[in-house]
Amino acid sequence: MPRLTLTGLTKAYGKLTVVDKVNLTLEEGEFVSLLGPSGCGKTTTLRMIAGFVDPTGGSISVDGKVLSAPGAVVPPERRGMSMIFQSYAIWPNMTVEQNVAFGLNLRKLPAAEVKQRVGEILEVVKLNTLAHRYPAELSGGQQQRVALARAIVVKPSVLLLDEPLSNLDANLREEMRFEIRRLHDEFRITTVYVTHDQGEAMATSDRIAVMNAGRIEQVDAPHLLYTRPRTRFVAGFVGRTNLLDAAVEGGQLVLGGISLGPAASAGVAEGTAGNVLISLRPQAMTVLTAPPPAGDGGLVLPAAVKERTYLGEAWDYVVEPQGTNLRLRAAAPPLEAYDVGTPVWLRVDPRQVAVVA
Amino acid sequence: MSASTDTATLAGSQRPSRLRLLEPITILWVALIAALLVLVALPLLKMFVISFEEQDTGVFTIQNYLTAYGRQRYLDAVRNSLLLGTLSAAISVVLAVPMAWAVSRTDMPGKGFTWAIVLAAFIMPPYLGAIGWVLLAGPNSGWINVVWRSLTGATDPLVNVYTFTGMAFVIALHSFPLVFIFVKSALDLISSEMEDAANILGGGTWVTMRKVTLPLVWPSILGGFILIFLETIALFGTPAIIGIPARINVVTTQLWQFFEDPVRVEVASAFAMPLLLVTIGLIAVQKLLLARKGFVSQTGKGGERRQVKLGPWRWVLFGWCVLVALLSVVKPLMVLLQASFAKAWGRGFSFDNLTLRNYQFLLFEHDMAPQAVWNTVWFSATSATIAVVLALLVAYIVVRRLIRFADALGFLAMAPFVIPGIVMAIGFYAAYAGPPLSLYGSALLIILAFASRFLPIAYASSQAAIRAVHPEMEEAARILGSGRLHAIRKVTAPLLKTSLLGGWLVVFIVASRELSAAIFLVGPRTRTMSVLLYDLTEQGNFEVVSAFGGILLVITMAIVGIGMKLVGRDFMLRRE
Repeated sequence: MPRLTLTGLTKAYGKLTVVDKVNLTLEEGEFVSLLGPSGCGKTTTLRMIAGFVDPTGGSISVDGKVLSAPGAVVPPERRGMSMIFQSYAIWPNMTVEQNVAFGLNLRKLPAAEVKQRVGEILEVVKLNTLAHRYPAELSGGQQQRVALARAIVVKPSVLLLDEPLSNLDANLREEMRFEIRRLHDEFRITTVYVTHDQGEAMATSDRIAVMNAGRIEQVDAPHLLYTRPRTRFVAGFVGRTNLLDAAVEGGQLVLGGISLGPAASAGVAEGTAGNVLISLRPQAMTVLTAPPPAGDGGLVLPAAVKERTYLGEAWDYVVEPQGTNLRLRAAAPPLEAYDVGTPVWLRVDPRQVAVVA
Repeated sequence: MSASTDTATLAGSQRPSRLRLLEPITILWVALIAALLVLVALPLLKMFVISFEEQDTGVFTIQNYLTAYGRQRYLDAVRNSLLLGTLSAAISVVLAVPMAWAVSRTDMPGKGFTWAIVLAAFIMPPYLGAIGWVLLAGPNSGWINVVWRSLTGATDPLVNVYTFTGMAFVIALHSFPLVFIFVKSALDLISSEMEDAANILGGGTWVTMRKVTLPLVWPSILGGFILIFLETIALFGTPAIIGIPARINVVTTQLWQFFEDPVRVEVASAFAMPLLLVTIGLIAVQKLLLARKGFVSQTGKGGERRQVKLGPWRWVLFGWCVLVALLSVVKPLMVLLQASFAKAWGRGFSFDNLTLRNYQFLLFEHDMAPQAVWNTVWFSATSATIAVVLALLVAYIVVRRLIRFADALGFLAMAPFVIPGIVMAIGFYAAYAGPPLSLYGSALLIILAFASRFLPIAYASSQAAIRAVHPEMEEAARILGSGRLHAIRKVTAPLLKTSLLGGWLVVFIVASRELSAAIFLVGPRTRTMSVLLYDLTEQGNFEVVSAFGGILLVITMAIVGIGMKLVGRDFMLRRE
């Protein structure tokens, strides 16, 4: 039985539907991110899971028990979950230790056990020396760790994180990503993580649910989301890509009149025909100064460099295949510098072509 | 176990628990609405209705309005009130704006002193200042005139407090702190770069102040002006102490006369209507003015603020502050103190004139004074507690949007802000003094009136305090297993403690000196210090009056001192 199940979950404020028939299932111990732009309904979804928002349709169940349905909502305090908030919400009137012990005391555990478990979790988040400090005396990163410890120590059935890193500076954010994943690997708590930052979602998650306008567009493992985006929105939102019009003729993908060969057709669903949209990542193309020897399987197009930007770890070229007005973005290693106007050859890796619509 | 039966049982078992959850808050909401109706809406409504009723019979009539506006004397009172309000407000602006500018923007010395004077003038009950000025500027035996005659040999007095301007001046000396607070907080927000930009284009200090700085705070000056105008037209103490002997009739003193035997509450209600309407209208204007302050606040706290170097002019400004200090606080307090320890205040400072008799008389022999002190303390404390608790509950529901139409609660809680105290008192009298409740003269009536009158103060501070507590603070407690009430007790309440205490103390202080609402509602055993002080003034024994004023000031200062210690130096003078 799955740990957490969202079935047709819907939230509408009057005529405005902010979450629209969301279906999602988390197995026990799974880490799933809700990823999407602001206003896509991801935080509302999370707050419905927590019980702070009542759904107007559908249901939420944990271990097969319905916790939320229209008109029947278990209040947050009786869900056995825990949550990490965007503002951390560390109580400034309590010490680190009191903050972390709060949930355990509510569960009426013996004092000795509370003390032991608080000590252990503070050790895990490396705050054991700061147990008697007040939150005002801690840095942002340390406060974040208190929030993590406070949420994990109660061994929640589901852990919810609401953009927990958005208030941290860039370096700390990177560090905390790995910290969150490390804690997950250690405790295997079923986790729902809301973020608009795809880097965070990729670094932490087992699967990512990409949300747009209240709907889930695609749920997949991070690398599949990147290499096999299934909708135009996902292809554009996760990483950078070139979206091109193509056609399916006789089960083969055809781009600008040229067949991409059998390797590119693996992702084409049975029975598809006619015009389709394909996603071609900048990394799926190689910029060459000489035509490659024929017959290496790829599609090779003569082209010209139109714009270039040096990003440090790579070149970002905009190239235009001859006889077209397509402007394709292609990535190249730092040493492969070509001036604007240079004639080049573009080799497309057909295995990395994804049909998105 | 199939999913469908599980859903059914859970949904079934959840319904009652949801009801349990919902009920306390619904009950609370109903209770709050009821409390606010009793405290705010009913008295006003009753006053409105009664103004159209014939005394005793309750038959509809407009005779009350004809009576209230049918005599020249009554119309003069309205005109006098409007003039008095305008003049007092104008004098307050003249007194306060230079002080606010000097403290906020310049290198004037003695800023701490100026600040203390503003606070002292703010704390001092206006009627005490008025009594002080009667001793200072009474035409015959007032100190200033006595000294003036002995120095010049003149026979005419130099100044006379029993005049229209004298009264306006005395009122302004205790109202100017409001303008000061308004203007200073606006000036504090203006970045020095605004002034630098004018300087670099060739504007000197004075040109810059006139063309740039002052226009930027113009809405605040006007806002302060309106507020003082409204306070003045609703003021009872000073017009009663100075205006009645001087035969200057204003609306509030005229209302008081309508309450003398036989009590004509219907006519008083009719006569109070314009006061209410003018107040509501002007508060609306003031809101609009301050809402348009976009050009002040958009500079935000970001820009750097440096002090304007004044050179020798800083001593001129400091001199101004010292002068205001002398007139508003130092001299009135000095003569009050002298009189309170004197056998006869007119004999001046000498050893054989010194006595503790006045204090001894009040504290141990007077039949009402100790009772009045006790009444003041417990009425103020009880009404402050009621106001803060009520305000906190309403503010919590409004800020957290717990129920629909929460804003209606907030509106009711803020409504007394636009109701002059004296109007409120007439409303309470009309609604609760007579049968069926017959609360006239009871402690309960006064406590409820105070709680209602100062509810907006408590509400504003509660609302600000609750806004400052992020809702996620409570949500974090709830998701870890605590119910809403438990979360409020464990998390929200401790975080609000200090601001609530501050709100409580402010309500206590303003309630302990409240005169205009109390004087209409007290009975023989429920006199407050302020009312008794006014009664003593009417008897003309200024030594005893001064001693009683001294006792009131000591109590007030003790509370202010506690507040500063526990809540912070500026807790009285924050602009909400």
